Amino acid sequence: MIRRRKVKIWLLVLGVLHSIVICAGFLAPYDPVEQDRKNPYLPPMRVHIVDARKHFHVRPFVYAFQLRPGAFDQYVEDATQPRPLKFFVTGDRYRLLSLFAARFHLFGVENGRIHLLGTDAFGRDQFSRLLFGGQISLFAGLLGAAFTLFIGWCIGAVAGYFGGWRDDVLMRVAELFLALPWLYLLFALRAFLPLTVNPLQAFFLIVAVIAAVGWARPARLVRGIVLSAKEHDFVRAARGFGASNFYLLRRHILPETSSVLLTQAAILIPQYILAEMTLSFLGLGVPEPVPSWGNLLSNLQQYSVLVSYWWMYLPALAMVPFFLGYLGLASALQERPNPYKIERRSLGSLA
Amino acid sequence: MRNRPAAVARCRILFRLSLVFSAVIFQETFACPQQNNSKEELLVLPGEVGRFGGRMVVSLRGEPKTLNPIIAADARSREVIGVMQADLIHINRATQLTEHSLAKSWKISPDGLTYTLVLRKDLKFSDGQPMDADDVLFSFRVYLDENTHAPQRDLLIVGGKPIVVRKIDAQTVVFQMAKPYGAGERLFDGMAILPRHLLEKPFEEGKLGQIGSPSATANQWAGLGPFRLKEYVAGQRLVLERNPYYWKSDSKGNRLPYLDELVFLFVPNADAQVLKFQSGETDMISQLGAENFSVLSRQRNGYTVTDAGPSLEYNFMFFNLNDVSEKASADLQRKQKWFREVKFRQAVSAAADREAIVRLVYQGRGTPIWGLVTPGNKRWNDANLDRPARSLDRARTLLKEAGFSWATGQNGDSTLQDSDGNPVEFSILTSSSNADRSKMAALLQDDLKQLGMHVQVVPMEFRSLLDRVAQTKEYDACVMGIASYDADPNSDINVWLSSGGTHLWNPSQVHPATPWEAEIDHLIEEQLSARSFDQRKKLYDRAQEILAEYQPMIFLASPDILAGAKHSVGNFDPAVLEPYVLWNVEQLYLKNGRENAAR
Repeated sequence: MIRRRKVKIWLLVLGVLHSIVICAGFLAPYDPVEQDRKNPYLPPMRVHIVDARKHFHVRPFVYAFQLRPGAFDQYVEDATQPRPLKFFVTGDRYRLLSLFAARFHLFGVENGRIHLLGTDAFGRDQFSRLLFGGQISLFAGLLGAAFTLFIGWCIGAVAGYFGGWRDDVLMRVAELFLALPWLYLLFALRAFLPLTVNPLQAFFLIVAVIAAVGWARPARLVRGIVLSAKEHDFVRAARGFGASNFYLLRRHILPETSSVLLTQAAILIPQYILAEMTLSFLGLGVPEPVPSWGNLLSNLQQYSVLVSYWWMYLPALAMVPFFLGYLGLASALQERPNPYKIERRSLGSLA
Repeated sequence: MRNRPAAVARCRILFRLSLVFSAVIFQETFACPQQNNSKEELLVLPGEVGRFGGRMVVSLRGEPKTLNPIIAADARSREVIGVMQADLIHINRATQLTEHSLAKSWKISPDGLTYTLVLRKDLKFSDGQPMDADDVLFSFRVYLDENTHAPQRDLLIVGGKPIVVRKIDAQTVVFQMAKPYGAGERLFDGMAILPRHLLEKPFEEGKLGQIGSPSATANQWAGLGPFRLKEYVAGQRLVLERNPYYWKSDSKGNRLPYLDELVFLFVPNADAQVLKFQSGETDMISQLGAENFSVLSRQRNGYTVTDAGPSLEYNFMFFNLNDVSEKASADLQRKQKWFREVKFRQAVSAAADREAIVRLVYQGRGTPIWGLVTPGNKRWNDANLDRPARSLDRARTLLKEAGFSWATGQNGDSTLQDSDGNPVEFSILTSSSNADRSKMAALLQDDLKQLGMHVQVVPMEFRSLLDRVAQTKEYDACVMGIASYDADPNSDINVWLSSGGTHLWNPSQVHPATPWEAEIDHLIEEQLSARSFDQRKKLYDRAQEILAEYQPMIFLASPDILAGAKHSVGNFDPAVLEPYVLWNVEQLYLKNGRENAAR
C-alpha cells in the first residue's frame, strides 16, 4: 500500500511542523511583542563554533552586534563579545498550549539577546514572531476550514438527500456564493465589523468571515455524493426496513463523503491560511502587535524595507513547508481508488 | 514685525539703506542700473547665476484639482499654483522673513492700521497683459466676496471686519484694517494677484469656481508666477512653460526663470516617487520619509540627498475631550472621565518615549518636541519650555495621585484601573496611509503597556479618521500630525483657539470649555494685535506653557525635511517651509542646460 505510506509520511511531516508552532513559547527565545528599541532591524545572527582567533568552541556562540558609527541600521559583528548559546534557560513568561504557564525556553544567551532571524522595526525578535505568528495563521486556517466543511457538509447533505425545492434553493444560494468576488467580499465584511476589536475577537471574526464565504464548493461536492449514495441498493434496502432519514444519513450516506471531505480539508486549510495572511497583510486581520504571518509580511509593503532588510522576507518562506505538506497530503489522499471526481482548485484562487 | 525702512520707493535711497539693512533690500539696489528696459523694475535675486534651458521633472502626490487659487484647497493644487502665481509680499522660505515681491516697497502706518504698498512698474501677466492696482483691487474683492467661499477670506478679516482696499494710483494700493494685525505684512504671502482681464466677467456672472481647471487651454489662464500652463494630460502630467514676462532677474540681469519647462508627474504613492527618482525619471524629490532617505543615501547614484533640518511639522496624540454626554455611549463617557483628568494626560506624556520615536520612526532624522512650535521654527521656538525626560516613575506617581491603582492579573501582568475598578483600556486611531504615525502609535502602545494601560492601535483611512475626529466624535484617542505652512505661529491659529476647526481635542467650541482654554484664547487674541515681536513671542510662549501643563495635545516628535536632487540641478536649496524644493524654482537650473547665462 504505497498510497497509505505516502499519507502517513505527509501526516508525519505536518505533525512535526505543527508541533513546532504549537510549542512556539518553548522554542522561541523571547516574547513576540517585546520591543528592544536599541536594536531595530538587526540582521540575523550567525551561530559560530570557531571564533575570530580560529579557536574551536564546543558550545556554539553568537557575536553581539554593534551599530556602525553614524548609521541607524547598519551593524557589524563585535568579535570581542561572544555570547555562548545556553539551552533550557529561564526567560519571558509564556503559556504552553495556552494552558500551562512556563518560563523555560529551549535556548538563549547570557548578557544579551540572540536573534536568529534578525529583528523588525521595533527590535522585536523575528524568530519568535514567526513561531507565534504561525499559531494565529495556522489555527485560523484549521478552524476556518473546519467551519467551512461543517457548513458545507450539512447543506450538501440536506440538499442531496431531501432534493426537491430544498435542493433548488440551497444550490442556487451556493452558486451565488461561488460567483461572488471573494477578496472584495472579505473587505466589505471586515469593514462592517467594529473597528476596535481585541486580538481574540479579531481572530474569531476572521475565522468566521473566511468560513462563511467558502462553504459552497464542499456543499456541492457533498450533495453530488449524497445524491448517488442514496440510490445504492443497501440504502434502498435499509429504507425498506423502515430506517429513518436521520439513521440513513448517519449510518449509510454520510460515511461515503469522508474521502471527499478529507481531500477538501487538505486543500482548504492552506487556502485559508493564505486568506488570513491576505487579510492581515492588508491590515484587516489580527491587529498589531500580535504577530501573524500576514502581519509579518505587511512590513514588506514599504519600499525601504523591501530593499534594505532581506530577512523580512523570511516569513514568506516559512509557509512553504506547510503548504507543501498539505498539498502533498491532498494528492496522496486523492490517489485512493475513488469513484468521485474531485475538483481540483488552484491554491491562489481565493486570494 | 520688526520695523522696516519706511518709504523705500527710490532705488538710490535704497542703495544707502541697504548697507545697513537686510539682504532683501540689498537685492533691490541692483535692479535699477542693470535694466535693459528702463521702464521695467525687475527684482534682482542674489545667488549663483545659472544656465538657461531644459526641462525639469518633479513628481506630485496626485492630480491638482484646479489651478484657481480661489477654490484650491488641496496641497497638490497649492503646490502647482505656487509656481504659477505671485503675491504682493512674499515670505522667503529660507530666511523665513518677508521680502518684496510684486510690491517693491511697503509702509505701515504708526498705528499699525494702514499698509501702503507700491507696485513694480510695468508688470505683465504671463499672457502679456499689463498688471496694475486694479488687478490688486479685483483680487481682494474676489477673496473677500462671501459668495466665492475663498479659503483666503478668513485671513483677510482682521478684528472682525474685512480689510478695506483702496487704490491711490496705478502703482499704489492702501490696505486699511480695523485692528492692528500682529503678523503684519506676512498676511500678503500666498495671496495671488488674479488676472482681472480674464476673471472679471466670470466673477460678475458668479462662475468663478468653474474657471481654472488644469485642462483649460493656455490662453484661458494667466498668472504672475515664473511658469505658465502649457499642457495637461489627465492622469499623467502637467507641463508648465517659462513665463517670458516674469519680473525677477539674476544678479547679471538675466530674466528668470532659467528653465524652459517644469513638468509635474502625478505619482500618488511615496514609494513610487522614490522609484521614479532613483531611476532618473524625476529630477528632484521632497517630503522623503527617513527610511526612503537612507535607501537613497546608501545607493547614491548621480544624485544628492539633503537633510534640510527640523521641519515645522508636529506630531502629537490627543484624547477625545469633546462634550459628548448626550449621544455618546456609556463606554466613551466612562473613558472620558480618565481623559479629562489632567494628571492622566500628564502621565501619558511622561511615559511617552520621544527619543525612541525619533530613533525608530525617523531614524534619528527628527527632534523630540514638547510644544506646538517646533525647533525648526528658529524665531518662535520657546527655548525655556519645560522638556522633561521620560519617566515611568513620575507617570505612576501622577496616576496614583489621580486615584488610579494597579491590579495584578493571573498571568503576572499588572492592569491599571480607575477608582471604580474599571480597567484602563482605550484605542488610538492613526491614518493607515501614514506608516510613520502608525509606528508612533505602536511605540506609544508599548510605552503605555508599561503603565498597565491596554491600548489598541486602529489604523484607518484618513478621511474616515477625520470624520470621526471632527464630525461624529466617536473615538478615544488619535495620533496625528500638522505641518505649519508659515513660520509665524498665527498659521496655526485654528489649533490654538477653542473656536477653531482644528482645535482637535474639542473643535469649534462656542465658549471655551475649560479655564485654561479660555486663557489660551485670551493670549492668542492679545498677541493678534500686539505690535512688537517680543511682546507676541512672550504671549505665545505663555500659551505653549499652558498647553504643556494641561497636555490636551501630547507632542511627540518633528521630522526633518529630507529632499534630494540630481547632481545636474543647480541652486538646489531645500527649505523647511512649503514648497520645500520648489520655493526658488525660478532660480533652479540644469547644469547641462542649453546655454550659459548670457541671454
